Amino acid sequence: MLKRLIPHPFLSLTLVFVWLALVNKFTLGNLLLGLLFGIVIPMLTAPYWPDRPKIRRPLKGFEYVLIVLWDIVIANVQVAAIILFKREENIRSQWIVVPLDVKSAEAITVLAGTITMTPGTVSATLSADARSILVHCLHTDDPDAVRDEIKNRYERRLKEIFQ
Amino acid sequence: MNFVVELLITISLVVSGIFGLVGSYGLVKLKDSLQRLHAPTKATTLGVGGVLVASMIYFFAKTGHLSIHELLISVFLLLTAPITANFIAKTYIARNLKRSDLPDSQSTCGWSIYDEPPESRPGS
Repeated sequence: MLKRLIPHPFLSLTLVFVWLALVNKFTLGNLLLGLLFGIVIPMLTAPYWPDRPKIRRPLKGFEYVLIVLWDIVIANVQVAAIILFKREENIRSQWIVVPLDVKSAEAITVLAGTITMTPGTVSATLSADARSILVHCLHTDDPDAVRDEIKNRYERRLKEIFQ
Repeated sequence: MNFVVELLITISLVVSGIFGLVGSYGLVKLKDSLQRLHAPTKATTLGVGGVLVASMIYFFAKTGHLSIHELLISVFLLLTAPITANFIAKTYIARNLKRSDLPDSQSTCGWSIYDEPPESRPGS
């Protein structure tokens, strides 16, 4: 019964929090309205969520978020440095193919987003069977090192979180 | 409002201004669409982030309440920026590049822009 009413408890919780943050004021009425959204929206969107991602280690997820936030700051500085101090003809952009070990759609989505937000790389497309991802790198002399860093720094952690 | 708070607000505003400017300059300087894509997805994240941090400090110092709106804005920004970038990259590839311009996918299927997925749905 509870499972039918709240098919995605984590999504419901997120919606309640987002609603409270949006109104920016904690009152009982807002909490009730938030709870209503938290129950109705997952019910309406349930057909689009065929199966729930299994998150094995939420704490690892928290660590991952912190690492990515830090890397975003680094990425900003690096890209700014490339834009400001490299001559246009010296910027060597390359395609990098990263074979994927993570299988779940959610993990791949998070990985693709992470690649885009972190140093000098933008994820462009997936192979049709979702076994490798195409990454565009703004400037690198060593494509293999970039690929290994993506695999070791992000994908290994995502594998621990999602499998 | 005391001096330290004003200094913090000023620093975050100036930092965000610099990154916003560099990001926009990147749009002018870099030579093709894929390179230009790097400028707005990265340099401007910190640009907007700086303004949000400044706003949080300002309202905390003025009213004493922690404003969570800014956190929400940055979360939504971090969630949506990669998706927009991905759409732009895909559109660019589909319109301007041929299959032979991209490296081999190193798997049994080609890139999803050109090839159909196999029968069993990937990722499920």
